[in-house]
Amino acid sequence: MQLLPMRGPAKTLPNVQSLRCKECGRDYPLEPIYVCDFCFGPLEVAYDYDAAAKNMSRESIQDGPPTIWRYDQLLPVSRENAVDIGAGMTPLLKADNLGRELGLNNLWIKNDAANPTHSFKDRVVSVAATKALEFEFDTIACASTGNLAGATAAHGAKAGMKTIVFLPADLERGKILGAAIFGSVVLVNGNYDQVNRLCSELGDDRHWAFVNINMRPYYSEGSKSLSFEIAEQLGWHAPEHIIVPVASGSLFTKVHKGLNEFAQLGIIDGADTKMHIAQPAGCSPVATAFVDGQTHPKPVIPDTIAKSLAIGSPADGFYTVSIANKTGGSATIVPEDEVVEGMTLLAETEGIFTETAGGVVISALRRLVREGAIGPDEETVALITGTGLKTLEAIADSVETKTIEPNVQSFDEIVTKAAVS
Amino acid sequence: MPLRRVTFTFKTDLIQRPVIYELGKKFDIVTNIRRAEVGQDNGWVVLELEGTLDEIDRGLAWVVELGVDVSPLDGDILVG
Ligand SMILES: Cc1ncc(COP(=O)(O)O)c(C=O)c1O
Ligand SMILES: [Zn+2]
Repeated sequence: MQLLPMRGPAKTLPNVQSLRCKECGRDYPLEPIYVCDFCFGPLEVAYDYDAAAKNMSRESIQDGPPTIWRYDQLLPVSRENAVDIGAGMTPLLKADNLGRELGLNNLWIKNDAANPTHSFKDRVVSVAATKALEFEFDTIACASTGNLAGATAAHGAKAGMKTIVFLPADLERGKILGAAIFGSVVLVNGNYDQVNRLCSELGDDRHWAFVNINMRPYYSEGSKSLSFEIAEQLGWHAPEHIIVPVASGSLFTKVHKGLNEFAQLGIIDGADTKMHIAQPAGCSPVATAFVDGQTHPKPVIPDTIAKSLAIGSPADGFYTVSIANKTGGSATIVPEDEVVEGMTLLAETEGIFTETAGGVVISALRRLVREGAIGPDEETVALITGTGLKTLEAIADSVETKTIEPNVQSFDEIVTKAAVS
Repeated sequence: MPLRRVTFTFKTDLIQRPVIYELGKKFDIVTNIRRAEVGQDNGWVVLELEGTLDEIDRGLAWVVELGVDVSPLDGDILVG
């Protein structure tokens, strides 16, 4: 038995009330559970917003650390116990070059590839790992197509926990090795669906903290920090538009929840942000439901270059469609051949190398501007949630390099000539 | 006995057919409805199925063949 750093017992957090069923409203104690016994609805952390308002202000936030933990009054764990490798406070960059290209004068890129393991998943796993230690689990686990695996393994290492992440064996090397450096990676000879099923079964009888199963209500709260930061970095207001890459829909719903919470606490004046869904054509159950006017996404078998978005049966799909409708947002189904185009466009205009999910967002944005859904002067934030260095395979055929001999003649023949012709 | 939680989504043409009743009669499966909504042109039901895994698989295959969308309730737990 490995000795864990002593973190527990869980401190009572003044602002955190219970886990509450999103469907029937029943309250549950703050335990490692994720579904309502009564109606099978998902459980979500419920806060006492009056208490939070007393404990949280613009000033108290600005006095906090430059990480997600500056917002700990609206997170389900305490800052003192945080498993912290520096997630959060990633750059919000004014994207004037890309804006000019697309016809937008007020475009911002939230670059979450700048997180410690290069995706927004560090936000959610930092919260889940902290909660897992509070619950005194000694093992942290997940099933993933890459980004979540890296984030879970890194935070597990920092927490001194045993780590087991499950990946399909045929995944990109960058994602496998980028997780294996931190802890044990189990490659499963099977497709995503089979990995998924295996983990469900293991989750039932092992006493492990599965970040996206029994830790899910806590884990997903971490994504709110993305919109807290956007509001803070814009000078304490919510933007007019946010474009979000959607897989399960968890990020989308929590970005929206974060803005509403800031408005409710009076930290910003209001939140009228239009929430836009971006999905690739090869896996677009949520966007398709929105476009077809359906409330419930119909499951699909994913076949997309954007592997991080390849969830065919999205757990938060229904809530995502409903928020996009309620906020006056939209959904874009990005053709597969526009994914790399989006990646290239962002790289060439803003110097940011995003993964395929970011390519989906940029191409969706371009379509929204062309269709007139976003006006030229409307303040718009595009979420870039992961780095291109983990999905090099995707662009291997789209970028060009030249090889020369180490002399000037060869340089002139191959490079200079090509430049003038 | 194993339990499975699933969501059935129906189109208009199937809303009037007692699919869940038939599922329980045709197969050795106990069905237990937890939540449901029927809209203008479609409907969905969240339910728990109890039976052997083989019997549940056979039952669900029959339901899918009728044209009902069946998805695991918790959605995919496999994420990016
Ligand atoms: C890079 C990236 N962007 C976006 C997402 C979408 O996340 P969600 O499942 O919360 O919709 C994921 C993970 O699934 C991801 O890895
Ligand atoms: Zn409930």
